[in-house]
Amino acid sequence: MSIRHALLALLSEGPKYGLQLRQEFESRTGEVWPLNVGQVYTTLQRLERDGLVESEGSGGGGPQNVFTITPTGSDELNEWLRTPPDVVPPPRDELVIKLLVAMRVPGVDLPELLQVHRRHLVQAMQEYTHLKGEIAEGEVELSLVVDSELFRLEAIVRWLDTADARLKRLPARTASQDPTSAPRVGRKIAWVRR
Amino acid sequence: MSAAIELRQVSKVYGSGPTEVHALREVDLSVQGGELVAVMGPSGSGKSTLLTIAGTLEEPTSGDVFIAGHELAGLSRNDRARVRRRSIGYVFQDYNLLAGLTAVENVALPLELDGVRIKAARAAAMEVLAMLGLAERATRYPDELSGGESQRVAIARAVVGERRLLLADEPTGALDSLSGETVMRMLRLASQNGVAGVVVTHDAQMASWADRVVFLRDGRVVDQTAPSAGPESLLAPGTTK
Repeated sequence: MSIRHALLALLSEGPKYGLQLRQEFESRTGEVWPLNVGQVYTTLQRLERDGLVESEGSGGGGPQNVFTITPTGSDELNEWLRTPPDVVPPPRDELVIKLLVAMRVPGVDLPELLQVHRRHLVQAMQEYTHLKGEIAEGEVELSLVVDSELFRLEAIVRWLDTADARLKRLPARTASQDPTSAPRVGRKIAWVRR
Repeated sequence: MSAAIELRQVSKVYGSGPTEVHALREVDLSVQGGELVAVMGPSGSGKSTLLTIAGTLEEPTSGDVFIAGHELAGLSRNDRARVRRRSIGYVFQDYNLLAGLTAVENVALPLELDGVRIKAARAAAMEVLAMLGLAERATRYPDELSGGESQRVAIARAVVGERRLLLADEPTGALDSLSGETVMRMLRLASQNGVAGVVVTHDAQMASWADRVVFLRDGRVVDQTAPSAGPESLLAPGTTK
């Protein structure tokens, strides 16, 4: 999460005090990303240094200063809003690695292993959904954050379901039957991500 | 208090000999009034069979089914039909509303069929529709309702009167995410009012509205989630999910 751009977004509504910016940042992001005071003020100082905001007040970029976004700051904000996020997944997804490893470990009950992870994920989804059930109608920001988490977790559950079905279709095979396939997978994925 | 529905060691076998299919194997499941349980599993895992047996539409090959403490095997065919009519409500993926009746008439119908006078039945139907936020749509016909509204009418019909067991088969399968969410909120509301709900779904987001998620695989209950720790655990510092 870019604190820098979140602060620019808050300032795009009009000039604000440092303290006010910190409070609004916390309430807008559903208090999911609490900030420490220092982070807000150092970020504001850097924004001022880069000409993206201007401040008036007793100086020092502190809570008593009033901050205003500059035209350059507005351009920077609009540019950031339209920049696609990095969709390339982390180079090693832990759960994928665990399954690939488990396929080579003799005696591992793969459906049972997948179920352990499925249960853990669905339990986490129940907790988020429980939270969603308690969110008041007007708190749309928090709903959006919770939805995003739910879709992320659901995607992993669906991957587990598909893995389960895929493995069920395979003829029974023993571990380490095909020791060369792992490096091949690595090379092919690297090619796709290039 | 006895469970609203209890399955003890229920098995169901279709066919015989080399073609026999074990749809359910020694399933135990108990759901209390006020509890919403989701049953998840891949196609062919036995979800729908479990629901038809819980709904007394089919008999198990072995094992026992209890509705509100009454063992079904001991009941005559007529008594079983009465239990089905008075105690159990069904919700299907495609709503199954009668096109020639308004929303409130659809909801009142099961009560009227059971001998309740029209005026009292309509009043009870209006009350449930209002609880589900549909009071203003009560006089609309099914083709004037959206998918989400139709499914909420179907839920109202399933819980009207004294019904204490609601069985739903993929109730959000034909709906977009937000309409599906509204339907799950309504099922949850019905359960909070004392109804025991069993929802069969393959959709993890919909299942996560339940108090408990039961996982079926190859006809067996292989796992279930623990009761929710509550949303506080998500926000506590230092916890990772």
